[in-house]
Amino acid sequence: MKARIPLTVLAAGLMSVAGYAALFIAPDERTMHEIQRIFYFHLGCWSAMFTALTITFVANIGWLLTRRPQWDWLSVSGAEVGVASCTAGLITGVLWGKPAWGIWWTWDARLTTCFVLWLLYVSYLILRGLIEDPGRRATLSAVFGIFAFLDAPLVYVSNRLWRTQHPAPVLLGGANSGLDPTMGKVLMISVSAMLAMMLIVLADRYRLERLRHELDELRVAGETQPRELVSALAKAPRN
Amino acid sequence: MKNFQFLVAAWMAVWAVFFIYQLSVSTRISRLQDEIDRLKQQLREG
Repeated sequence: MKARIPLTVLAAGLMSVAGYAALFIAPDERTMHEIQRIFYFHLGCWSAMFTALTITFVANIGWLLTRRPQWDWLSVSGAEVGVASCTAGLITGVLWGKPAWGIWWTWDARLTTCFVLWLLYVSYLILRGLIEDPGRRATLSAVFGIFAFLDAPLVYVSNRLWRTQHPAPVLLGGANSGLDPTMGKVLMISVSAMLAMMLIVLADRYRLERLRHELDELRVAGETQPRELVSALAKAPRN
Repeated sequence: MKNFQFLVAAWMAVWAVFFIYQLSVSTRISRLQDEIDRLKQQLREG
């Protein structure tokens, strides 16, 4: 917890530097010119989303194998942060689409698979809210989470498999892909800033889930064993 | 710079999404912490 404030300041500073570098340092791209600079925020959001959803996927498997509640806390935290990053990615995409293509949205392969991914993880979060029993909720949502994650690699390969409206990949996209060295550096700063921001929010979201668990335990213990709990609390140090 | 408003809007949107989300998480943490403290206090007092 002590490291939280310096880390938050560092992430906010990185975000500011990333914004400045994207708007004023990165060179203009040949075909889209200055509007291509949205790319740095856009890709940053997707990096954060893929990382968060991969954490959720690993945590879902972790829960199914071990049944330790920490995995469940991590999976819901990753899913929520992933949805937030995906929302930011979709908004930046829409704001890029209008000046670049003349339209806010199109049902292109990349855009559609991204939107489906967003819907799947929103459903994951809704599903969790509908199940009362913690064990059943964790198991059902872990199974659903593994199923939902199948769309993530599809999002990644969609503009490689189907050449529609969305531009071809600029990174790892074959012989005609690649970035100018200055653009590469600005991209690195933007991705690092977004990942730092995402990890800080994820840590807080995990803490929230841990507190929820603590509250549930206190309520159950208070209802079933008030005397034992009172003596345990009397021994426990105050926060 | 042409289309500058779209660039600024995109940057602000990223900030806004993360800021609003972080604010919602912090508010929920604070509410839960208060509830836990209240419950512990209640149990201590019997």
